[in-house]
Amino acid sequence: MEEIAPEYDVVVLGTGLTECVLSGVLSVKGNKVLHIDRNDHYGAEAASVNIETLFKKYGNVRPGEEPWKKYGRVNDWNIDLVPKLLMANGELTNILVSTDVTRYLEFKQIAGSYVQQGKGPKATVAKVPSDSGEALRSSLMGLFEKRRAKKFLEWVGEFKEDDSASHQGLNIGSCTMKDVYDKFGIEDNTRDFVGHSMALYQSDEYITKPGMAVETINRIRLYVNSMARYGKSPYIYPLYGLGELPQGFARLSAIYGGTYMLNTDIDEVLYDDSGKVSGIKATMKDRDDQSTAMKFETKTKKIITDPSYFPSKAKITGYLLKAICILKHPIEKTDGSDSLQLIIPQSQVGRKHDVYIAMVSAAHNVCPKGYYIAIVSTIAENDANHHLELEPGFERLGEIEEKFMGPPIPLYEPLESGKQTNIFMSKSYDATSHFETTTDDVRDVYRRATGEELVVEGLREDQQLAQE
Amino acid sequence: MSEPASANAPKPSSSVKLVLLGEAAVGKSSLVLRFVNNDFQENKEPTIGAAFLTQKCSLPTRTIKFEIWDTAGQERFASLAPMYYRNAQAALVVYDVTKPSSLTKAKHWVAELQRQASPGIVIALVGNKLDLTNDSGDASESAATENEFESTPNADEAAGEEGEEQDVTPGDARKVPTREANTYAEEEGLLFFETSAKTGTNVVDVFTAIANAIPESSLKTGRGTGAGTGQTALSGRSEDSRVNLGDRNAATAKEGCAC
Repeated sequence: MEEIAPEYDVVVLGTGLTECVLSGVLSVKGNKVLHIDRNDHYGAEAASVNIETLFKKYGNVRPGEEPWKKYGRVNDWNIDLVPKLLMANGELTNILVSTDVTRYLEFKQIAGSYVQQGKGPKATVAKVPSDSGEALRSSLMGLFEKRRAKKFLEWVGEFKEDDSASHQGLNIGSCTMKDVYDKFGIEDNTRDFVGHSMALYQSDEYITKPGMAVETINRIRLYVNSMARYGKSPYIYPLYGLGELPQGFARLSAIYGGTYMLNTDIDEVLYDDSGKVSGIKATMKDRDDQSTAMKFETKTKKIITDPSYFPSKAKITGYLLKAICILKHPIEKTDGSDSLQLIIPQSQVGRKHDVYIAMVSAAHNVCPKGYYIAIVSTIAENDANHHLELEPGFERLGEIEEKFMGPPIPLYEPLESGKQTNIFMSKSYDATSHFETTTDDVRDVYRRATGEELVVEGLREDQQLAQE
Repeated sequence: MSEPASANAPKPSSSVKLVLLGEAAVGKSSLVLRFVNNDFQENKEPTIGAAFLTQKCSLPTRTIKFEIWDTAGQERFASLAPMYYRNAQAALVVYDVTKPSSLTKAKHWVAELQRQASPGIVIALVGNKLDLTNDSGDASESAATENEFESTPNADEAAGEEGEEQDVTPGDARKVPTREANTYAEEEGLLFFETSAKTGTNVVDVFTAIANAIPESSLKTGRGTGAGTGQTALSGRSEDSRVNLGDRNAATAKEGCAC
């Protein structure tokens, strides 16, 4: 058996995307990293799994049955557990490019971005306009409203936070988004799709909260610029599923000396007299033969971890509802798109939080030809009837071959910064449809763990490579 | 996709993902370094920092560009990611001819490849460190067991004397007889070579044989799309929605709001 070093700079627990990005960056910067996962696969909560694993995970299987058999080769399926997409101009894309992890992955566009108006049988689905020109052709607005929306989007495009001449006389630092909408005379329906399907807010809190105007405008700009990058939608997606992302960053870490141990349980965390972490005791299980498990102990200065390894150090901030649905047809009224995001704004269906649909298909090598994987998700607003909360999403999907829905998923946040213990915890993957909050969390954990800001630009350039 | 080239056109070029497997310190990186740079480093440190290396291999009718992936040590604790095998069209499984346990490990990797990798993957079993044996020259007689590639002129590469008997002889560090590994390779349908990364013996031949053994039908001009994964949606019409993030710097001219 290989040797485990007596001491590491950082032990990372969990191979979710946040942890793998951090592990990769820390290794490139010369830290000695040991990265452990209790599971026998990469990705933790952000993994992509095959259809047999999915059936087993959600307990839809009666003894003796093998319902996955009718879905072809199980390994042709890579089903995401977290329904997210990458913004083409977003921070995760920047990190992928500046770390060269793009060399291990291939990306494809998501074919469309849609929004629902109305509910029930009268509901309509329309493409989210991507610029002022598309706004003029959109079925989402009447004639006069289109002109107002065009004017508004043009203003957003020219907006500069530090140039008050571009602020239309608004006190942009302290005004509300309502003030901005009122200034342009934007109607409620338009506010709905701008705020929810372009700025990607999940509730209407942003409208009346003072000081949110700049953030909202920047979110709209991110959407529009991401859209302009490749044309069809603001989103891109890795072939073979989101689970490729943590694997790519784990490879980066390994290339810079990071050590990887899957299938390994943490038995004990060791602390020094001052209460700071000093090491771990762990057991690497054998895949086939549990009796040959390898126990070991090593020292470390810091631990970076996902919330599941230290439940007592985390608090629950909410619950995510999610149903993974297998379809045999594209979603109605979406031009037969092979992939899409469809947002059902809360106001349209009498909720406080939006319902999201993220769909991918064989075009992204996540399932055999002819199948579509749609994940319906929202934030739980009640203690019961979770199925009912997702119903507006199911209505859009039509006939569903298979529906996988577990209990509500708790969203965790660390209770403390980690300064006292040198144990630095990330957050759960939240309900947003993209990875922008995940990369915010990467930066936050990095800042707490190292005392420095994370700069990814040129990260690999000044590093000494052993060969090339 | 492009048609086979006519006589005057430049030879078609295809990328092939090749993965390296084998026990630590059998010389995986040294083999690649010999192939890519025609170089050898004594007492090389374990590999750090090499993402992947590329090298072209020119055949009479086409050019193969190998993208060579190193495990980066992730195999040490059985933690190699599925991404590593994904779309690999060729694999080099390396053992050390002076270390029988490394052949056992190599057999484990072959089984793992047959389980996890694309069905059409070309696997070459390579016994390295031939320079430590007495028959460092004649091993290539047994090479290229099952492909159309003619590996004829080997005698002139020979640095050592003729090894009449290939079994272990005194004063020879060899512990794995050529016959044993060759028989195994034939049973499993693998290409088989014995090499020395140090002297260069047979190194280029391994890669040429692999290049020749990859079926023309599985070669595409795009990156990593050729392997027979059972996925067909990658070609044709859907190709246009691929995005190349590597080109982003060129594209930043578009920066700024497009409203």
